[in-house]
Order: sequence, then structure tokens, then C-alpha cells
Amino acid sequence: MMKNKELFGVSAVVVLLFLFGALRYENFFSAYNLLEFGRYNTMFALISIGMAFVIMTGGIDLSVGTVAALGSVVSALLSPHSALGAIVAGTLAGTACGLVNGLVITRMRIQPFIATLAMTLAAHGLALLLANNQAVSPSYETGFTEFGQGDWLGIPVPMWVLLVILVLAGVAHVYTAFGRHTLAIGGSEEAAKLMGLNVNHKLLLVYVLSGTLAGLAGVFLAAQGSGQPNEGMGWDLFAISAVVVGGTLLSGGAGSIAATMVGVVLLGLIFNLLNFENGLGQFTLSSYWQSVVRGVFLLIVVVIQARLLKKRTH
Amino acid sequence: MAKVMTRDRARQWLIQGGALLALALLVLFNLLFTESFLSLQTLNVNLTQVTTIVIVGVGMTLVIATGGIDLSVGALMAIAGTLAPLIFQALPGGWGLAASVVLPIAVAAACGCFNGWLVTGFGIQPIVATLVLFIAGRGVAQVLTNGNLQSFDNPGFAVLGKGQFLGLPVQVWLMLVIVLVASWVLQRTVFGRFIVATGGNEKAARLTGIPAVRIKMLVYALCGALAGLAGLITVSINSSSDANQNGLGMELDAIAATAVGGTLLSGGRARIFGTLIGALIIQLMRYTLLAHGVPDAAAMVAKAAIIVLAVWLQKK
Amino acid sequence: MNSTREPLLQMQGVHKYFAGVPALRDASLQLYAGEVHALIGQNGAGKSTMIKVVTGAYGLDGPQDGGQITFAGAPVRFHSPKQARESGISTIYQEINLVPFASVAENIFLGREPRRFGLIDWPRIYREAEQALAVVGLSVDVRKPVSSLSTASQQMVAIARAVSVDAKLVIMDESTSSLDDREVELLFGVIRKLKQDGRAVVFVSHRLDELYAICDRVTVMRDGQTVHVSPMAEISKLDLVTTMLGKELAVAHRKAASETSTTAKPALLDMEGVQVAPRLRGISLQVGAGETVGLAGLLGSGRTETMRAVFGADRLDAGGLRLGEQALDLREPAHAIAKGIAYLSEDRKIEGIFPDLSVRENMTMVLLPQLARLGVVDRAAQLRIVDDFIARIGIKTSGPEQPIRELSGGNQQKVLLARWLALSPRLLLLDEPTRGIDVGAKADIANLIHGLAATGMGILMSASELEELVSMSDRVVVIRDGASIAELQGESLSEHTIMSAIAEGRVAPAAEAGDAHG
Repeated sequence: MMKNKELFGVSAVVVLLFLFGALRYENFFSAYNLLEFGRYNTMFALISIGMAFVIMTGGIDLSVGTVAALGSVVSALLSPHSALGAIVAGTLAGTACGLVNGLVITRMRIQPFIATLAMTLAAHGLALLLANNQAVSPSYETGFTEFGQGDWLGIPVPMWVLLVILVLAGVAHVYTAFGRHTLAIGGSEEAAKLMGLNVNHKLLLVYVLSGTLAGLAGVFLAAQGSGQPNEGMGWDLFAISAVVVGGTLLSGGAGSIAATMVGVVLLGLIFNLLNFENGLGQFTLSSYWQSVVRGVFLLIVVVIQARLLKKRTH
Repeated sequence: MAKVMTRDRARQWLIQGGALLALALLVLFNLLFTESFLSLQTLNVNLTQVTTIVIVGVGMTLVIATGGIDLSVGALMAIAGTLAPLIFQALPGGWGLAASVVLPIAVAAACGCFNGWLVTGFGIQPIVATLVLFIAGRGVAQVLTNGNLQSFDNPGFAVLGKGQFLGLPVQVWLMLVIVLVASWVLQRTVFGRFIVATGGNEKAARLTGIPAVRIKMLVYALCGALAGLAGLITVSINSSSDANQNGLGMELDAIAATAVGGTLLSGGRARIFGTLIGALIIQLMRYTLLAHGVPDAAAMVAKAAIIVLAVWLQKK
Repeated sequence: MNSTREPLLQMQGVHKYFAGVPALRDASLQLYAGEVHALIGQNGAGKSTMIKVVTGAYGLDGPQDGGQITFAGAPVRFHSPKQARESGISTIYQEINLVPFASVAENIFLGREPRRFGLIDWPRIYREAEQALAVVGLSVDVRKPVSSLSTASQQMVAIARAVSVDAKLVIMDESTSSLDDREVELLFGVIRKLKQDGRAVVFVSHRLDELYAICDRVTVMRDGQTVHVSPMAEISKLDLVTTMLGKELAVAHRKAASETSTTAKPALLDMEGVQVAPRLRGISLQVGAGETVGLAGLLGSGRTETMRAVFGADRLDAGGLRLGEQALDLREPAHAIAKGIAYLSEDRKIEGIFPDLSVRENMTMVLLPQLARLGVVDRAAQLRIVDDFIARIGIKTSGPEQPIRELSGGNQQKVLLARWLALSPRLLLLDEPTRGIDVGAKADIANLIHGLAATGMGILMSASELEELVSMSDRVVVIRDGASIAELQGESLSEHTIMSAIAEGRVAPAAEAGDAHG
């Protein structure tokens, strides 16, 4: 099936890039680089998981970036009081945004892309208001920053959290009604309705999930640096690209969490390799090439998907 | 039957008249409560800030009228804005100046054609198709300048953004001309009517011999060209080109202006003047909040709410 | 005989109104377990409404609605499809309503997945899916996506789902329309198995041969009422068609002999062996200049597809088209229009009108390029044409600027007709031109069409009302299951011969037509 061929192709590219990096750059294949790669990209992995579920229903969530920014601001602000409180509050800020998205989409029947585009604006505004238009430094006293910068058994804490969520997401995707029904809705909302599935309920849940994961990603952002109200631009595109590159159909109905992770690794690798290349000093490829490369990837995948879809329906 | 008619017409009136009414209320509020609102300077400031949104909005309205959408407009602004200084710095003199206006717009139009090609040739949803340039386009502009600000001093080029004509900035005149021409084309030409028909009922359009594919391509190209022009104006106003900032968030502003102005997001109807009014409403709302000490960030939240409200009202 | 048993489903005195217009009037339906029951009727006869009432898609809550429904011995009122399904009524639709990317097994169990320790038990799903498929006689890999199967197999998966939820009544709504003969036989095998299990099947189809092959009893609906119920074997094909189309065999007003000249008309349209998947299997017909040719056939027989092929809206898989001397290779409707072919489509809402635009714009949309100078529309010329047609055809509108969706169906149709007439076409294709419009407008349009032939325009017209066809056509071509099977004119043209041709698939010889009875 298409999914497997594509996944194979993408995984092969990842492996090739790894080899390229390992051969060309001295410190690439070091524990340090790999672990920091994991630590940094956890944020993107989290929002990509949420985005994957949303896209599987045939929808889209453009607000994940600014919602993460909001989460980072909220958690940074609360971090002096309690690390746990900050983590929970930041995550819940995302949950609230996701809930609003879900309600606007299911109750007011507004298309996901408009609803989440408006939320992008609203979340950004809220973040700026709360942060008073500047970055918010997190507290180093309560252990909040340990959440983002610390290690446990030699592995960065964020990666442990990601692992747990990944397992939960993977299990949910295959073994729960939530996972199967969201796929069904994306495959054919009409058929899903006729089969008696509670479509509105599931749609609401996916947007809540996406918002929650975005909030959590924001918490990591704050814990690793600072609460950034202006961050988040381009995050939604990273997530969408990762999901799509991983083989999930943008029209909905098919996808896998594992494949999405391969997509995240691929896109993250591109950034990582570019940094190393610049470090070599031979020729400087600005990080701006990232967007171009990601855009090209998206283009290739989208076109291939469109062609395959056409072939199928004939 | 008659009851259905008048209720339908009443709703139409509400949507169109509603926008105008909202604008009137905003103006009234400011007249009463905002100091020095009634001054040429205030008018200038507000009109200037609205210009680029309206110009892009006109293109967006046309695309939406065919039942599509264009998320890449901001990126196209950045591309055009980046190319212009590069051109007139490389080619001095009158020819260079002319090229620095024509070529970037042409490139932006070509990007629009690319969007149209993805939509019509591959059947890709417009949101997804234009997402590609949304991601990659700004990156291209950033790569060309390495993310650096390009400052320049070119009196010829500055006319576009800073020149005045009969008391109003040149760009405001441009905006007015574009609105008038677009509105006229939409109402009075075959091309314009075909646009509206394609969005209204694409199946029927095909069965009446309308070249729907060609119409869509042209519309995306136009939208690109207008975005390019808006990018040039932005650069001219600032006398510098910042690929990171030029057109950032413009797609949402343009869509918002279009929706608030009464154009159906599902296609089949286009209100160019409505887009102008929609942009003015959003701008005036922002100005009102600012003038009364409300932080800009709050205006963003208000803007988001207005968009959702406007789209929701349309649906009913 | 089933008469001694209790019926599984009994619907009596069912009334259903939509905005004051009756869709069902005192309709009734009665089924027994273990029988295959045919439910037939033309478009708008009420059979779809009846089914939607049974399956809970429509309620009987309106002020004028009413009726008694008993299912499995108890009185019921279903308020949602879910309710009906849980009571044991499943529906298999023409458009496959399965989730395409999901596996066969998943589709069968979607919404009621068996669990183990709170998580979905896949091994059990696969096992039980294979069992359900065995019941319907299908053996495929249940893990494969359902979209990888043929349409017939997908139908069977849908049936397997119904079986696994232990449906007592399975409604099959036009399930065979996209299947070929071999696949239909497979489906029939499954239906017979369902019968053996004591389930009841309601079989909705317009294919007469199939009905006689598989169904035990038949209920015919017409104009929202139940007009005939009997065992299948007790009604002849001809009588069945007659009952469906509702014409007591009155003497048809044929076109006056004086109008039907016998001199050969110059050939305008020539269709030879045209095939278009999935419906057209072989259409051959000719239309002469100044001639009106009627297309007769049951719902779904391929009349619309025939016209679409002539208009370039669908590409030909085989066969040829000629217009006059020229062979046609049409890729787009625009090409056909350029050659002087016009097409008034069947469904004006979906394919005809531009709902937000005015009468003026709708009427002149095809002509627009010709009404423009340098791309600018000549408003005056436009208005002249619009005013002219409004007067000529008698369109009831408050003015050219009125939005077309405010007009009545009949007047909308007139506007669309004017759209094409304004082109002065050589060949006019009319697909059910008088469908769904009031009597007055019908007469107006009929008269209009009548006058057009005199101008040398060739007309190909399809209509479900045989009386109309007979009175307006010089010749009638009968289409049955995608093939043109008969051509009737002059003495041999009557409602009876048309119906007979549809029923039997051939033209009844003159002697039979002579001793036809009501």
C-alpha cells in the first residue's frame, strides 16, 4: 500500500542523512548531539502527534505554534511559585485553547482552518498580554528548568515524557475507539455518521488533544529557555510537514504515529545538519534554507499524495 | 414563497449593510470619544495602514470568489519586497527602477500561477496547495538576503510608499484605483462574471462552456501580482526590505477583511467594496483600542473574535 | 404461502408531508421474514421516502404526518438511523457507505468494536469478520482496506456488517446499479442465504429482469401511494411497467399526422454504438434537422448519460458521434457549444442555475462572450435579449435583476431554456424539461418546444411522462439498461408500445399492440 512504500522511502532518507552527518561532521554521531537533538525536538514531536490526530480526521490546526507560545508564557510566569503548578498550568492553557477550537468547529460549524487561524491570532495576543510584550524568564529555583534541561538516567527528561506520550498515542491510535473512529471520520465522515459514530464528540477531542500537547510543548520551551510570546511562528508548518512527510494523508483517513515521528526526525535532521555545515565554515547555509527545503518536501509529498489519490478513485 | 424571499433579502441586507453599519458606529464612537480623531493626519495614518491589506484583500476576494483561498500572499510580499532593492541596486537609472517594480510583481504572479497549477492540475485543496509557498516562499526571500535588512535610499522608488498626490499618499490612490478597477471588472466584464459563476456552481459553469480551469489560474496569478505590489509598497514605506517581517500575518488580515466585508468564503459572490470596508473596520477597531490605551495584543484577540463572528454570521 | 404468518414489518396509513407538500399519502408496506420483497416506483413516487421513514432518517412528527408501523410484533417509531439499526434494520446503499481506507474487518465492526481489558481486541475482530464474510460467501483478506475490493465485494462487506449486527431486515437500495451480470449473480447468492436465515430483504431496483429473478413479492408506489401489492409471479412485466408509469391505456394524442412529414429530414446527429462506462452499453440513434426525437426509458436506463455524451460532458469509451457531415471529438462542453449543441440538464439545482445570480445573468451566461465588446459586457444588448425572452416565453419574474433562486421551479426552468435558445443551437438536448414544474409552465414549455422544430432545430428530448413523449416526438427511441433497443414512430408509436418495449426489451409486433388491454 502507498503508506508502506512512502514510509520506506522516508525512512531511507533519514538513514542516509544520518550516515551523511556521521561521516562528514566530527561531533555529529556523539551522544551529546543526539541527546540534545532529542531534547530540542521533543517540542516539535509533541505538536506533531497532536497534529497527526487532527489531520487524520481531515482537519487542520494552525494554532499549535502560538498556543505553545502561550503555554510557555503561562508556565514561565508561574514557575517561581511551583514547578508542578507551572507545568500543569501551561499545559492546561493549551487545553483551553484546544477546547475553544473544538467548540467553534463543531458547534459553530466553522471550517477548521479559519477557526484555528483565528485562534493563532488570539493565542498570540493573549501571550503578549500576559508576558507584557517581552520574554519571560523561568525560575531556576523551583526545579522548573530541570524539567526541560535536566536528565534522568542519562536521557533528557523531555525525551522520557515524549516516550510516555508516544506510547499512549500509539496505543490509542490502534487500540481505542478514539483512535479508530478519528481515522474513520477522516476517511468518510458520511459513512462514519451512518454507522452511528459520534462525530462531533471525537472532533472536539482531537482539537483538545492538539491544544494540550501544544501547551505541553510550550512548557518545554519555557523550561529550556524562556517564555516566548513571539515564538511559535512556523511551528504549525513544521508539524504539518512532519505529519505529511510521514505519510499521513492531508485529506484525512490514514496515518500512523510512528510514521509521523520519522517525519519529525527527518525535518529536525535537516536543521541539525545545516547547523553543522555552518559550523564547518566551508560555506554558510543559513537556517533560512530550512523553510525552503521543508516547503519542497511538502510539495513533493502533497503532489505524490494527490496523484495516488487520483489513481485510486479511478 | 414571498416570506422566504424577504427573509433572504433581509439577511443579505444585514450582511452588507451590517458591515457599513459597524463601520459607521466605529467612526461615530471615535468622533465622540477620541481626541483629534477628525484630522487629516489620523485619516492618513489609518488609510496608509489599511492600504496593503486592501490591495492583498482584493486579490484574496477574487480567489475566494472562485471557491478557493490563498495562504501564500504574505510570503509573496516578502519575495517581491526582497527582489526590488536587489534589482535597482544592480541596475541604476530609470530602467532599473522600472524593472524593480515590474519584475517582482511578475515573479509574484508566476508564483500565483504555481498555486493555480497545483489546484487545477493536481486537484490539491487550495489550503494545502498555497501552504507550500507559505512555507517555502518566505524562506526563499530570507535566503536571498540571509535574513538581513536591506536598507536603501532611492528617491524614485520611495514615491511608491512615501509620495503624496493631492494630499493623499500615492499608495492610497493605488489602493482606490485597484478597488475601483477590480470592482468594475468583476461587475462588468465577461472575465469577472465568469469568476463569480465558477465559484457559484462549478458544475453548471462547466456545462455552460466557462473555462473554469483558465479562470482559476488567472485569479491565482492576479492574487499573486497584487501581493507582490503590496510587498513593494511595504518596502518603499520603510525604505528597507525585511524578508522576515514583510507581509507577516497578511493572509489572515486579508481573509478577515474579505469575510467581514461580506464575501462568502464558499465562493460565488464577491464584494470588493466590502473587503475595503472590512479592512477599515478591523483597522479602526485596532486604532480605537490603541487610542484608548488598550494594548495592541488585546486588539489581536478582538480581531480573532470578529473574524469568527463574521464567518459565523455568513453561514446562517 | 406467507399469509398465515405474522408480518415482520407492517406499515399502514403512512402520511408524510414536507412543507405542506405530501410525499406519502396513506402508503403501506408489509413484509414477512424470509422473503425478498421488491419495492418499486419512479422518481418521486415515494419509495425513497418510505425507506427513510423505516430506517429512521425521517420521522413522522409533522402536523399532517401519521401512520402505524409495527416491527417484529411491536409498534415502533424510529427517530434516528441508530435506533432503527439497533432494532435490527440495516440498509445497504448504492454509494458504498464504508470507510475506504479502513480494513474489511474494521468496517464490519466499526462502532461496536469488541474489547479486551479496555483495548480493542483485534484478533477477535479478524476472526469474527471472517465468519461474517463466510455467511455471505465472500473470502478475502479481512485486513486489506475495503477500497481495494471490487464494488460488488464491497456491497457484500456491507451486507456482512448487517448480518453481524443480526439484522432482521436488510434494505438494499439500488445496490446492483454499478454491478455487472456476474457480480449481480454473486449478490443474489448472498440474498438467497439471507432468506434461508429467515431474514427479510427489501429490494429496490429499476432493473425488471433482476426483480423477477430474485423477488418473491412486489409493492409498487406511485405519487406517494401504494398502488399494487402482489406476488411477483402474479403480475406480468408489461402490467408492472404500466402500473409504475400510471397510464391507463388511454388513446395517446400522437403528433398530428400532418405535422409528421414523411420526407426524410437531413441527418443532424448520428450516434453509433456509443459506450460510456459505467452505464451506456451501446447507444445508436439519429436526429434529423427539424425533427424531435424522444428518449424513453426507466429511471437509470441511461438517458441522461446519452445526452451528456453528445454534449461532451463525458468522454466516449467506444462508438462515434457525427454532427451533420462532421465527426465529433468532444472533450469539453465548450466544444459542443461551439458546434451548436445545447444541453438543458436534468437537475437544475445542481447543474443548471447559478443560485446567487440574477435572471439576466443566468439567462445570458452561455452567450456572454458574444454579448461583449473587448471583454466588457454590453449591458444593453444583454437586457434586450432578456426582455425578449421574458416576454416570448412568459417568465414570471419581478424583473431581470431578481435572484434566480427566488423564482418558482417552472420559471427557473424557463430561464434555463431561454439560456440555450438564445444561442440558436442546431441541436437541442432536453433532459426532462418539464420535470418538477407546475402544469401551466409545463404547457408553455411544451408549446415552445413544438414551435422550435419548425425552425430546423433538431431536438433530442427525454421525459418520464410517456404521454408527453408521444405527443411531442416525431420518433421515440427506447433505452433499456444502457442500450438503445427500439425505435418507434408513426402507427407503432404509442404509450403502450413504449412500455411494452421497456418491459420486454423489444418491440411488440403490431398485432399485439392491437389487442392491448388496460
